[in-house]
Amino acid sequence: MSDALFRFATAGSVDDGKSTLVGRLLHDSKAILADQLESVARTSAERGFGGEPGAIDFALLTDGLRAEREQGITIDVAYRYFATGRRSFILADCPGHVQYTRNMVTGATTADAVVVLVDARKGVLEQTRRHLAVVQLLRVPHVIVAVNKIDLLDYAEAAFTRVADEVTALTRELGLPGAHVIPVSALAGDNVVDRSANTPWYEGPALLELLEALPSLDEIETELEALRMPVQFVIRPQGALAPDVADPERFRDYRAFAGRIASGTVRVGDPVQVFPGGATTTVVGIDAGPLELDSASAPQSVSLRLADELDAARGAVIAASGSLPVARRELDASVFQLDPRPLVPGARVLVKTGTSTAQALVTAVHGRRDLATLALEPADRLEANDIGQVALKLSAELPVEPYADHRRAGAFLVIHPQDGATLAAAIVTDPAAPATGTPIRTATPEGATA
Amino acid sequence: MSETTTHPRVEEVAQRPSRNPSAQAGFETRPSVAPQPASRALSTLDALESESIHIIREVVAEFERPVLLFSGGKDSVVVLHLAAKAFWPAKVPFPVLHVDTGHNFPEVIDFRDRTVERLGLRLDVAAVQDYIDDGRLQERADGTRNPLQTQPLLDAIAAGRHDAVFGGARRDEDKARAKERILSLRDEFGQWDPRNQRPELWDLYNGRHTVGQHVRAFPISNWTELDVWRYIEREGIELPPLYYAHEREVYRRDGMWRAVSEVSPALPGEAIGRRRVRYRTVGDMSCTGAVESDAASVADVVREVATSTLTERGATRADDRISEAAMEDRKKDGYF
Repeated sequence: MSDALFRFATAGSVDDGKSTLVGRLLHDSKAILADQLESVARTSAERGFGGEPGAIDFALLTDGLRAEREQGITIDVAYRYFATGRRSFILADCPGHVQYTRNMVTGATTADAVVVLVDARKGVLEQTRRHLAVVQLLRVPHVIVAVNKIDLLDYAEAAFTRVADEVTALTRELGLPGAHVIPVSALAGDNVVDRSANTPWYEGPALLELLEALPSLDEIETELEALRMPVQFVIRPQGALAPDVADPERFRDYRAFAGRIASGTVRVGDPVQVFPGGATTTVVGIDAGPLELDSASAPQSVSLRLADELDAARGAVIAASGSLPVARRELDASVFQLDPRPLVPGARVLVKTGTSTAQALVTAVHGRRDLATLALEPADRLEANDIGQVALKLSAELPVEPYADHRRAGAFLVIHPQDGATLAAAIVTDPAAPATGTPIRTATPEGATA
Repeated sequence: MSETTTHPRVEEVAQRPSRNPSAQAGFETRPSVAPQPASRALSTLDALESESIHIIREVVAEFERPVLLFSGGKDSVVVLHLAAKAFWPAKVPFPVLHVDTGHNFPEVIDFRDRTVERLGLRLDVAAVQDYIDDGRLQERADGTRNPLQTQPLLDAIAAGRHDAVFGGARRDEDKARAKERILSLRDEFGQWDPRNQRPELWDLYNGRHTVGQHVRAFPISNWTELDVWRYIEREGIELPPLYYAHEREVYRRDGMWRAVSEVSPALPGEAIGRRRVRYRTVGDMSCTGAVESDAASVADVVREVATSTLTERGATRADDRISEAAMEDRKKDGYF
C-alpha cells in the first residue's frame, strides 16, 4: 500500500457549488463521522434545506465559523483531512469571493493539485481565468477542472465538451501545461468518488481516482533538483544533553546543522558547499533524532554532520557541491499583494525566504498583471489582490533563486517591518546576473524576530 | 552558479476531452513528468513528522521564550516527543506549562510528572484552584472547569513573558479549528480573530509580533486522530494508562460514560456500574467522557479509531456540545 500525503486546494466562483463538492468528497469517502453528520442534518432541517426529509446541506460541513453559517458564505481557507486506502489528503478549501487572490494563493502555495470548479451552465468565467492564472504563476503541478452541475444539463455530452474546449483554449493561452477536465455533479455525486453511469460518454477517472493517482510535487521534483538545505540552527548540546541520551560521552562534541531539505537528496559522503562563502566539505552523518540515515530527501527534517568545522549559522544554506546559490542583492519578483495597504516604490519592507530575513527596498513597480490575459499593464502601485511585477534591493545577500528552478528557494514573504503583517507572497522571476569577477561580499542575514 | 537550469517540469499533461479514446488510461499512461522518477514520496507519518519538526525548530529559532502547553494528553505528548527529536541529542530547549483545573485524573498528573522528570524539563503549573480559592474565579453551576482555564493561562503566559506558546491542537478536531493557522497571532487578551488571520504561504512562517502580542504555535495542525495514534504506535510513545481499556466505576450522562469521582459524582437516578472503558481525550474529569472499549493495546486503539463512527470530541467532550459554535466562542476568548 502506498501511503503518501497529497495536498490539494479547491477554488471556484460564488455559487458554483464548491462547498457542496467538498462536502460530497468528504461524505462519500467516509471522512464524515456520524455525530458530524447528525449535527449537519439537524441544522439542515432547522434551516429548511430543500429536498426530501433528511436531505443534507453539504456546505454546512465545511463552513466552520458562526458568521459563515449565518451568512451562507465561506470566509477563510479551511483545512480538511481524509484518507483512502491509497493516500492521505490535506484539502485547503479556498473561498471564491472577495479576497479570492489571498485565499487562492494561500491554498496554492502548498498544493500538489488545484481543483477549479466551473458551473457547466456558465462555462469559463472571469474568475476561472484568474484562478488558473494564479495556478500558472505559482506552478502548481496539476490542474483539475471540475465541470459541475452537469445534472442540470441532463448529463449532455455536448454541454461538457463545450466547457472542456473553453478550458483547453484557456490553458493554452495562459501557458499552463494542461488540465484534467471532469464532468461532475457535486449535489448528486456523479464522478466525484465513483464514475457515474449518468455520463457513459465520459471515459476518464472520477475526481477522487485522479487525486489518488497524480504524483505529488516532491515525488516529481526530488530526483530532479540539486540539494538545498537552509540551516535553521546549529545543534550543539555541550552541557545540555537530553537526560535520556544513552552514552553521553559520545555526544560531548556533537555538532550538526538542523534543517528541512528544500530540494534534492543528500547522502552520507556527499561533497557539499555552504552559502555564504562557498566553503566545501563532506557530509559525514545524517541524523533524524537518534536515528542515523544513509540518505535523506526533500522535504525531510534532518540534522547534517559535516567533516569540517564551518562557521555556518541560521540563514546559511547547505547545497550540493558545484550548485552553490548565487548571492543576490537585487532581484525581480512576481508579487501577490495580500494586504489592503498598497505596495509602492520606495516602500521599506522585510523579505523572508528559507531561514533568512533581510530588510528590502521596493525600487520599482514594473506593472500589474491583467489576470484575464496575464499581460503586464502599467501601474505605479499594487493594491490588495493585485499580482504585479516589482524590483527589490536587499540589505543583505540572500541565496534566492528563480522560483522556476527551485520552488522553495524562490519563494519569499514581504513583511511589514513595524506591525509584522504579511503584506505579500512573492516569487523570484529573474536569474542572477552572470558573475563579473567582482568578489562576493557576504553578510549573515538577520533572522530573529523583534 | 546554479546548475539546475533545465527543469523538466510537468509538461503537456494530456488534455482530457471527453471523446479522447485513450482518456480512461490517459492519466496513468502519460507520465506528467519525463522521465518519471521512482516514487520517493515520504510516508504520511514521515511527511507529517518532518513538517512538525520544521515548525518546532522555526519557532525556537525565531522566538525568545517559547513554552509548551503540556497536559499529559496524547496530543501534547506527541508534540513533546517531536520536540525531543527536533533537538536531539540536546535537551528540549523550553519549559512546559500545565493549566491544572484541579479536576485532572490522578494517573495523568502522575504521568505528566514522570515525563517532565525523564526529559529534564521545567514544569510550571497554573492552578485554577488557586483562582477559585482567592475569589478571582467562581466555580460554575455545572461544575465544569474547562472554561475557567483561560485566565490562569493568560496570566501564566504574561508572567513567563512567553512570546510563543506551543499547543497540540489539530485542525481535524473541530470546524473552528479547521480555520486556525499553524502560527496564530494573539493580542494581550489572548483573543483569536478568525476574520483577520495572516495568510500562511509555502512553509514560510511569519512569527513577527509587537509588544504584548504572542503567538500560539500548533505543530501538529495537519495531523488527524488516526495519524496521532499510528505515530504513537510506530514510535512506541508512552501515554497515561487511561487511554487504554480498563475497568472503571461509571454512570451514564449526556450519552457518555462518566467516571465516578469526588468532582464528578453520580446524581440521584444515575446508576453506577463497572464497565470496561477507555478515554479518547483526556481533560477535566468533570466534562470528559469515556467510551466502552476493549482496546487494551496501541494496535487495538489504532484499529478502533480507524473504524470509529464518532469524532473524538463528539464522543467524549460535554463542553463542545453546548452549541454548534462552542469551540469558536472559547477560542475567541483566548482559550486554546
